Amino acid sequence: MKNSSSEYEAIIGLEIHAQLLTQSKLFCSCGTNFGEPPNSQVCPICLGHPGVLPVLNEKAVELAIRVALAASTTIRKESIFARKNYFYPDLPKSYQISQYEKPLAENGILEAEVDGEARTIGLKRIHLEEDAGKSFHPEKDEDEQFTFVDLNRCGVPLIEIVTEPDIRSPKEAHSYLLSLKQLLEFLEVCDGNMEKGSLRCDANVSVRLKGEREMGTKSEIKNINSFKGVEKGLSFEIERQIELLKRGERVKQETLLWDPVKEVCLPMRSKEEAHDYRYFPEPDLLPLVISGEMVEEIRKGLPELPNERRKRFIRQYGLPQHDAWLLTSVRSLADYYEAVVSECGDAKTASNWIMTEVLRIVSEKAGDISSCPISSHSLSELILLLKDGTISGKIAKTVFEEMAKTGKGPRSIVEEKGFVQVTDEEQIREFILCVLKENQEIVTEYLGGKSKSFTFLVGQTMKLSKGMANPELVNRILREELSKP
Amino acid sequence: MNEDIHYLPAHSIRELLKSRNIGAEDVVGASARRIGKFDCRVRAYLSAITEQAISAARAIDRGSVSASDGLLSGVPVAVKNNICTKGIETNCASRILEGYIPPYDSTAVQRLKAAGAILIGKTNLDEFGMGSSTENSAFFPTRNPWNLDKVPGGSSGGSAAAVSAGMATVALGSDTGGSVRQPAGFTNLFGLKPTYGAVSRYGLVAFASSLDQIGIFSRDIEDCATVFNLISGYDPMDSTSSTLTRPVSMEEIKKGLDGVKFGIPESFLEEGVNEEVSSCFEKAVSALESLGARAERIELPNLKYSVASYYLVANAEASSNLARYDGIRYGKRAAHYSDISDMYDKTRTEGFGREVKRRIMLGTYALSSGYYDEYYLRAQKVRTLIKADFEAAFKKVNAVLMPTSPTPPFGFGEKLVDPLSMYLSDIFTLAVNLSGIPSISFPSGFSAEGLPVGTQAIGPSFSEELIFRIAYNFSEKCGFHNKRPELEKQFK
Ligand SMILES: [Zn+2]
Repeated sequence: MKNSSSEYEAIIGLEIHAQLLTQSKLFCSCGTNFGEPPNSQVCPICLGHPGVLPVLNEKAVELAIRVALAASTTIRKESIFARKNYFYPDLPKSYQISQYEKPLAENGILEAEVDGEARTIGLKRIHLEEDAGKSFHPEKDEDEQFTFVDLNRCGVPLIEIVTEPDIRSPKEAHSYLLSLKQLLEFLEVCDGNMEKGSLRCDANVSVRLKGEREMGTKSEIKNINSFKGVEKGLSFEIERQIELLKRGERVKQETLLWDPVKEVCLPMRSKEEAHDYRYFPEPDLLPLVISGEMVEEIRKGLPELPNERRKRFIRQYGLPQHDAWLLTSVRSLADYYEAVVSECGDAKTASNWIMTEVLRIVSEKAGDISSCPISSHSLSELILLLKDGTISGKIAKTVFEEMAKTGKGPRSIVEEKGFVQVTDEEQIREFILCVLKENQEIVTEYLGGKSKSFTFLVGQTMKLSKGMANPELVNRILREELSKP
Repeated sequence: MNEDIHYLPAHSIRELLKSRNIGAEDVVGASARRIGKFDCRVRAYLSAITEQAISAARAIDRGSVSASDGLLSGVPVAVKNNICTKGIETNCASRILEGYIPPYDSTAVQRLKAAGAILIGKTNLDEFGMGSSTENSAFFPTRNPWNLDKVPGGSSGGSAAAVSAGMATVALGSDTGGSVRQPAGFTNLFGLKPTYGAVSRYGLVAFASSLDQIGIFSRDIEDCATVFNLISGYDPMDSTSSTLTRPVSMEEIKKGLDGVKFGIPESFLEEGVNEEVSSCFEKAVSALESLGARAERIELPNLKYSVASYYLVANAEASSNLARYDGIRYGKRAAHYSDISDMYDKTRTEGFGREVKRRIMLGTYALSSGYYDEYYLRAQKVRTLIKADFEAAFKKVNAVLMPTSPTPPFGFGEKLVDPLSMYLSDIFTLAVNLSGIPSISFPSGFSAEGLPVGTQAIGPSFSEELIFRIAYNFSEKCGFHNKRPELEKQFK
């Protein structure tokens, strides 16, 4: 927010829809793959044919419970599905089966990192629901306008995660969403891909003068499908609301859509009144009963969660906060790190290499750690070669680049290229004598008190050894030679 | 004997087929001939598929299908036109689904076919099952084979008329508030509304999901039991279907009525029961007592709220269930419209009949915010009380006995002008659906005009065997069910 606005504060709540990683849809056995030809993953059930009935996918329930447990919510022993009634061309039954009054889980918390600090945000509820289809409006090149409907997504299982209005800035919203995405990935519940729509976000936002207790009128920004969109959309809307208030006008309660191209929020085209969804309990499904044993079974199968793992990294490996957050941001990265540490035994060196060099080449390839050409085994070998003095830090960087380029292991690169560090004292002494001979003037300067000249002489020695001389030995022997009368 | 093949029960057909006295083609052909002769006036069928049925029968006679050994091998079965049949139009007697051909078979039909049954046609009904006279069909009304000037009852009037007139051996109907029992009573048949969840609803086009149940029409108890055993039982395609259903046994059913106690809710019956119905009912009670059963007066104090509770719950669910008929994917779409909401409006305006529209509006209202608590929720609470009334009664008695309908079959148009009077004709059947318990209507006499009158035996959940036993023993003694309508006379 701009400085001029600092007398106002924003109240933000998020509703996140996450697609569950199931093989089949929520109420039928159709597949859920992304990018299949339109209407190729459909059956009478997800098409809402007369007479068909929904049958709940147990795997979806299990995945939702994983999230509920990870977010420390209270899981209902008996939750209820409801019908949310409305007409829309891509909603075949003209109602969506969702959970309403009695959702799967309520009252949890989620930790997020904002500016390097942990912040806790309340979770209002987590519930299961089915997705709707998609309408396409092709470019109109003829008189007639058509709407094409693809029902592949109809019935795809989602969980909706609703936060309390605990978020105070677009940046916080962004961090929160990132933490949630990370949690879902750790739990193997959702692939977190916003471009493919497997993670979508709606945001509720209002502003008020700081210190005021009453909430302002809120607007809802629908279907934000990128992290950038969350931050930019909220900033835009907060500014707009503040401007309105400053001018003494009122904020209207409305639904907006974020336009990622123009970077503005536009009111949704809604002709009429607010929807009356006429929710009522879905009579085609029995209440969802979740036993204590089932919850315990799922709890046992939970992986270590990002927060726990982060804290363990700090405790076990002595890493600083920042390293720990970064290394646990993605589950596969944390796994990679731990694999390297377990082999090379040097936690901080491993962290340094991964945070700088490894993540650099990964981001150059715009991929994730799984696309990294350097295996955890290769990296730990490199660290070991460095530690036992086989190669110098400088050579290590060169070897690393070679590893990145070829995917070869460090040992074979070192052998092939003769990168082995020179630790033979006599050999190093010879380099030094040679350098001293050629740089009589510098030596005189040094002996005259110009201590900087020492560094120059070390550099020249390293250069002569093509970087392969052990720097510690160079330092020691050079000092010896210079102190000789 | 050959004259009457069309009136043979399924178990006799099976024996004759086994002894090779007749073939499946003879059986199906007999029903097909009845259809050819009488259905032009009775109009039980929306579509009769007699040619298909006869060639299916031939296949059984040649032994070329594995079904030749099934319990219903060669038996012509009629199916209400709101139960999906693969490849055969299923339109719920509504314009909005005209031409809709399901890509799948309902579970009940699948199970009947697996037992060798032959589908002979899809029968007429009140549009989407909404009505008590089959006058609300979008296509034509069905007539009562006992008197062509009277209604056959509804909404499964087509199925009732088909079995009653010998145009099918057994039939499937659906019972949301009495839609199998009332027409069974009007046409001198047995009509079963099973325990909710005993029979899969998969493929039954939903009217009110929490009340709907596929039911059975038959001319004797043994056929009813056979069909029930075939179609009941857990179905993975219907989450509300039960794993508790057990097959009924004819041996148990044939045991006498010694020690059976049934209750009569006299004060509930005081209101508006026709005298002839009353007198048939009293005679039925004495007959049962003479067979060793004991009658007892009971109270079901909340049953008088059944009609109000039923029409709120049923219509609320219907308003949601019928929302999918919007002209987008299948069925009818209005020919001219300006935009999407205009298309919804026109399609639904043209596609639905008056009664369906009335109920959608009532249901939408009952669910709308601001009225939900006052109507839908309160109706559900009353429903719980009605259920509790029955539960309390079943602590004292084994079954409850009531007339099926307050009047004998009525004439066309008589109740059409006053929806409430039509709704009241289901007063004795609704509470059973609200409670999810089973009930069977059995033939129990005739009015002075010669019109059939039915009585229903109502039992606790999964007590089908017991209520079959009551109906069986009564019928063996009184024999009303052996009487047939005199169609030939009426055709002269
Ligand atoms: Zn499907």
